[in-house]
Amino acid sequence: MSATASASSAPADLEARAVSKRFGAHLAVDNLSFAVARGSFFSILGPSGCGKTTLLRMIAGFIQPDGGSIAIGGRDMAGVGPNRRPVNMVFQQLALFPMMSVSENVAFGLARRGMARAERVRKAEAMLERVGLAGAGGKRTDELSGGQRQRVAIARSMVLEPTLLLLDEPLGALDLKLREHMKLELKQLQASFGTTFVYITHDQSEALVLSDHVGVMNHGHFEQLGTPQQLYYAPATPFVAGFVGNNNRVAGKALALEGALVQVGTAAGWSVRARAHGTIAVGSAVEAFIRPESAMLGRSAADFPPGQLAYTGEVLSLLFDGANSVVLLRELQSGQELRIALPQTGAYADLKVGDRIHFGFDPERAICFPAAAAHA
Amino acid sequence: MIPTLPRPAWLRLGTALYVGAFLVFLFLPLVTVAVFAFNNAPYPAPPWHGFTLDWFLGNEASGRVGLFHDSDLLASVWTSTVVACWVTALAVGIGTANAFLMERARFPGKGALSLLMLTPLVIPGVILGISILAFASRIADFLSESFGLEADFLRPGLPLVVLGQFSFIAAIATLTISARLKRFDRTLEEAALNLGASRAAVLWTITLPYLRPALIGSAAIAFLMSFENFNTTLMLVGSDAPLTIMMYGRMREGATPVLNAVSLFLMLASAAIALTLVRRGRSARSD
Amino acid sequence: MPELARAAWSRRLLLALLLAPALLWLSLLIVLPHLDLALLSFRERIAPRQFVPSLAQYRTFFTEPLYWHVFLRTALMSAGATALTLLVAFPIAWTIAKLARGRMSALLFVVCLIPFWVSETVRTLGWMILLRESGVLPQLLVHLGITAQPVELLYHDATILVGLVYTSLLFMVVPLVGSLESLDNALIEAAYDLGAKGGAILREIVIPHAAPGITAGCIVVFMLTLGNYLTPTLLGGKNSLWFTEQIYNQFITRFNWEQGAAFGFLLLALSTAMVWFGLKASGQRFSDVMRRT
Repeated sequence: MSATASASSAPADLEARAVSKRFGAHLAVDNLSFAVARGSFFSILGPSGCGKTTLLRMIAGFIQPDGGSIAIGGRDMAGVGPNRRPVNMVFQQLALFPMMSVSENVAFGLARRGMARAERVRKAEAMLERVGLAGAGGKRTDELSGGQRQRVAIARSMVLEPTLLLLDEPLGALDLKLREHMKLELKQLQASFGTTFVYITHDQSEALVLSDHVGVMNHGHFEQLGTPQQLYYAPATPFVAGFVGNNNRVAGKALALEGALVQVGTAAGWSVRARAHGTIAVGSAVEAFIRPESAMLGRSAADFPPGQLAYTGEVLSLLFDGANSVVLLRELQSGQELRIALPQTGAYADLKVGDRIHFGFDPERAICFPAAAAHA
Repeated sequence: MIPTLPRPAWLRLGTALYVGAFLVFLFLPLVTVAVFAFNNAPYPAPPWHGFTLDWFLGNEASGRVGLFHDSDLLASVWTSTVVACWVTALAVGIGTANAFLMERARFPGKGALSLLMLTPLVIPGVILGISILAFASRIADFLSESFGLEADFLRPGLPLVVLGQFSFIAAIATLTISARLKRFDRTLEEAALNLGASRAAVLWTITLPYLRPALIGSAAIAFLMSFENFNTTLMLVGSDAPLTIMMYGRMREGATPVLNAVSLFLMLASAAIALTLVRRGRSARSD
Repeated sequence: MPELARAAWSRRLLLALLLAPALLWLSLLIVLPHLDLALLSFRERIAPRQFVPSLAQYRTFFTEPLYWHVFLRTALMSAGATALTLLVAFPIAWTIAKLARGRMSALLFVVCLIPFWVSETVRTLGWMILLRESGVLPQLLVHLGITAQPVELLYHDATILVGLVYTSLLFMVVPLVGSLESLDNALIEAAYDLGAKGGAILREIVIPHAAPGITAGCIVVFMLTLGNYLTPTLLGGKNSLWFTEQIYNQFITRFNWEQGAAFGFLLLALSTAMVWFGLKASGQRFSDVMRRT
């Protein structure tokens, strides 16, 4: 699927047209087109091996595309070497130069441009101050914490005032707590610089939190391109529905159509209603996705609004995780297993394994795809 | 530059040509030696007079003494082999003891001792040779003057050659074996003790088998280094010349292609040892 | 507590058993012989079997121009051979570590090592057959019409240098490959991405990173070249004027052990000084360098 992120009217800083790259028999990037608006934070989200690193390295110029074109800041980049592009990169392991001090790292690119020593020391110092590392210029890179190293890597690139900053999963090497903190910091840095960021990650939470727009990549192409909200609430393909956020996947057949809703029946005899995406014929194979937090729990069938289907389930296990606590249920008649979020009110804090409980869904918040569309 | 960065065509071509020229430079002398072992001429020099096996098989009757009938040369090969066996056994033995000493034991002055163990590697071989020669002679003189004992093994000759070569080859064996012992996971020994093995059984069934590749590797290296040693040997040699000394003497005089013939054998033997080691090393690494 | 006492005693016995061979080896073959050599170099023979302590041997070295000329020449040519070896080996090490991939890289590495498993005597024999007046290359030059008469390619300083570089390559390639392999390609890409060109990357990233390997290689090559005997004497002939040859002459030919010992100590001093200087300059520890090679 090709798409254009055009929610903003700002001119595009990055525009890819029909870009392809093949490694032997493997098509790493497949005829990809998209544009990234100036000043926005764009993420490419996908599982490992989906081609996102290849795409990023083509933008940086380390790999030449087999076909298509890449324009940065409105200029076509064909034949422009990686060192001539108005693009800088934050590498996965950051690639700070261990043989230089922090300040020398930041001033490295300026020195290559032939800037006088005094001038580049001043600029590097100013940039370090901007990223909150004032006075750390004389340190060695291995004296810094993970978060500080991250900031040096960004400062080293930003001091060159690139049109585009590419970030190759820079948070991957950090531990969970620091990663949460750095997400916030990265977003603030991007907002304060106003530079266009292109960020690749396999972590959907990073992509959702940080980005203005996200391209969900799979097998070399974009499954969907949109705002985090669009990806989450209106996934365009089963892959996106399964990859972005948690979801219950229910495979079955379309039993009946009720306006925009489809009644889905599983092989084991469970049936559920969901909003149809695309055209679905009665009797065809479908996949429905139900978000854990879109389900409701009830002590009795009377707790549910009239007209909504209510089921009875047995508690298989309770996964307590504070605000993200979930209960794993088995529907009594069909044996279908489902994850359902526990309400944060604590109303079900007394639930125990083996308890019986009623549950139901708002069909508008469940989504159903034709099963054949899995690899469109 | 690395492959992911753009490399101009001239640079790629230049690199390929350089590597090619380098390989020619590396192998030219060896190929030359091998080829002229078969030249039907009394000296290893062009032009090519046709193929012959005289320099391997010839005897006095044919006017050309080939390798298999050159008793001096064969004797020197045997001398080198005997010396190399002694040096290998001594070096691997002491190398193993030193590895345990340096990796397992704790004692005062250990740091200084480990530094001292490396010094033989930075002393030029000639100087190792003369210092051992002088020291051995002093002891021999002392024994002779004070007690009337004639300690012939302390005079230039094969025992001194063995000691001289051993003095620095032991350092190499120590390094090789220590490096492997350092990587040994000691919980394996603890597990074996826990399962009821005695300390001797642990050493024999767990630790030494783990060290085996390093023991074999250092033995091969020790053997080769001893066999090929020249500098130290030159200073300590007596009447029985090892092969390198014999070859050196003949090369200065301008020798027949019989030297090429014996060289060819050396090359084949070295290559066989090297390739076995490389292959072993690779399979050991993939374990 | 007899149990504990016995355990401590047996541990001490074991330590003694392990320590004994190491101490015997190092004292009898390294420390004492060198002390003896030092004593030998500081004495002078005044009559048969009559010696007095003296600096005469060292005085001779400095007053006899031939000796210190040869010493200086050996040092300078060794330095030159070391620099040449570095220049020749670096592109090969780079190709092995960075350009060739997987099996190709391993194969190239092994191919580069194989010649050095063969005795130096054999390799030198090869060079002699190639280079002497009646040898392969002079004949080839005549055949190609480049020279009218066969020229003698042996017995020149350049020949000695070629031979020394050839013999030393292994000891440079191995540490270089090791230190270049550990250089993360992302650093090179990052430098390139930040606008650096080949020269700047080499100067700012590659050489600083590879400095330990370069130093290790240079120290070992210099040391081995300085102490080499076979290559200079065979390829240089009478013109070789190599210092190890002077030591041999004093010790074996003239039987002037006092003078030979002094020469040996001077060579050892130079070699040690260069090792020490190289380590100081690159801020490395001796034991690390030796483990690298």
